[in-house]
Amino acid sequence: MDQNHAYTAYHPRWLRPHVSTYWWLEKPAYLAFILREGSCMFVAWFTVYLLLLLRAIQQGQAAYEAFLAWSAGPVIVLVNIVSFAFLIFHAITFFQAAPQAMVVHVGHRRLPARVLLAAHYAAWAAASIVVFWLLTGA
Amino acid sequence: MLFSAGGVVSAMLLPVLVLLFGVAFPLGLLDPPDYAQLSALLANPLTGLVMFSLCALSLFHWAHRFRHTLYDGLQIKHLNEVIAIVSYGAAVAGSTLAAYLLWQLS
Amino acid sequence: MGDRITLQVARYRPEQESEATYDEFEVPCPKDWVVLDGLNHVKDRLDGTLAYRWSCRMGICGSCGMTVNGEPKLTCATFLSEYAPGPVRVEPLRNFPVIRDLIVDIGDFMRKLVRVKPWIVRQVEKPLSAGEYLQTPDELEEYKQFSMCINCMLCYAACPIYGLDPKFIGPAVIALAQRYNLDNRDQGAAARMEVLSEHEGIWGCTFVGECTKVCPKHVDPAGAIQRYKLSAAVDSMKSFFLPRGA
Repeated sequence: MDQNHAYTAYHPRWLRPHVSTYWWLEKPAYLAFILREGSCMFVAWFTVYLLLLLRAIQQGQAAYEAFLAWSAGPVIVLVNIVSFAFLIFHAITFFQAAPQAMVVHVGHRRLPARVLLAAHYAAWAAASIVVFWLLTGA
Repeated sequence: MLFSAGGVVSAMLLPVLVLLFGVAFPLGLLDPPDYAQLSALLANPLTGLVMFSLCALSLFHWAHRFRHTLYDGLQIKHLNEVIAIVSYGAAVAGSTLAAYLLWQLS
Repeated sequence: MGDRITLQVARYRPEQESEATYDEFEVPCPKDWVVLDGLNHVKDRLDGTLAYRWSCRMGICGSCGMTVNGEPKLTCATFLSEYAPGPVRVEPLRNFPVIRDLIVDIGDFMRKLVRVKPWIVRQVEKPLSAGEYLQTPDELEEYKQFSMCINCMLCYAACPIYGLDPKFIGPAVIALAQRYNLDNRDQGAAARMEVLSEHEGIWGCTFVGECTKVCPKHVDPAGAIQRYKLSAAVDSMKSFFLPRGA
């Protein structure tokens, strides 16, 4: 206490614990949060991948074939498999968060969260089926 | 708002695209569309619009999350302006590239 | 297993030391005892110098929030038998400065709470002769959940953003602001918007969601914050595209 000239006898020093840079490793929920935010890196990666695909198509058939060959390389495939896992994680956590943010009223009643969640998953399934059909069937 | 729109759009469309163009086609599990089909598909203005929104919104979603995670999560506060410029700048650049390529393909 | 359990209680005696230490106490563990009963036993029989806050001992006053085995809990609502055979680590609430032993300074929260005007704000007062403000059960439902907050600050202890940046206004304050914004008797939403739309207002929140998980009254502050973010964003778009009217 004597070394604390800034404090009077009746205002002792308060303890202010410092938060570690690795705070997110302390609880599983914090780690899940950081992973969720980390999934955005894979969103960016795959958007870049799509831009590369678009550029290849714009450059012509040969470039497109070359892109398909490049995309079959083991490293790229591995990265894309991991991206797929993280994008699924992103979609699930994002849809989980949506009902908490959006309160939809139908007349006087509030739409239960399950209905909103189901609507998101239905839209996801529909969009996926349409894209799948466009790129493989038609 | 860009963040949530980007989150929804990327969640809806990117998984199936990764499954096809990232895993199924390269590994030969399914046949990729041939060049003519794909260019015809992309020439359609509706597809162009959807693709542009997908690319642009996903990039902005990433930029916002990336910036905030570095600031809040890893506490890199002293580089705040640099990170903001780099991430939003990259998003703008990517969106411009997407617009240009889709315009060329239509 | 037995009927005794060890409490590892954090101590901080600023007149003696500059760091926290831990004292161990063995207390009885009948099945209806909560952590607070254990602490009271310590204070009454084992070490009268232990300093901690408590009041109603029934989960309504919000005084007894502490960190129990790493989780923010109300010690009057946490059974000791849950942690058998122990030991049970009792520490002060995280993310707040510790004054002594288990007592934290909550001044920061109190100052932030006042800033959002947690009372009915009227632009035009109704005269007494016009009678009461009427509210239907549906209108009550709109904000009732957020009115359950007991200001226990467990949400602040759980929020990593508040831990990293104490300027963040925090979950409970935003939930309480929403409690009044969504009350149909209130006309103060614009005044609160100014405070909430600061950088350390709602925009500091990254929706980790821990606040909702630890809330003993199921207030769901994370939901309140995201809803407010959405309505704030919609309002700013409206004012951008439709400057007058709407």
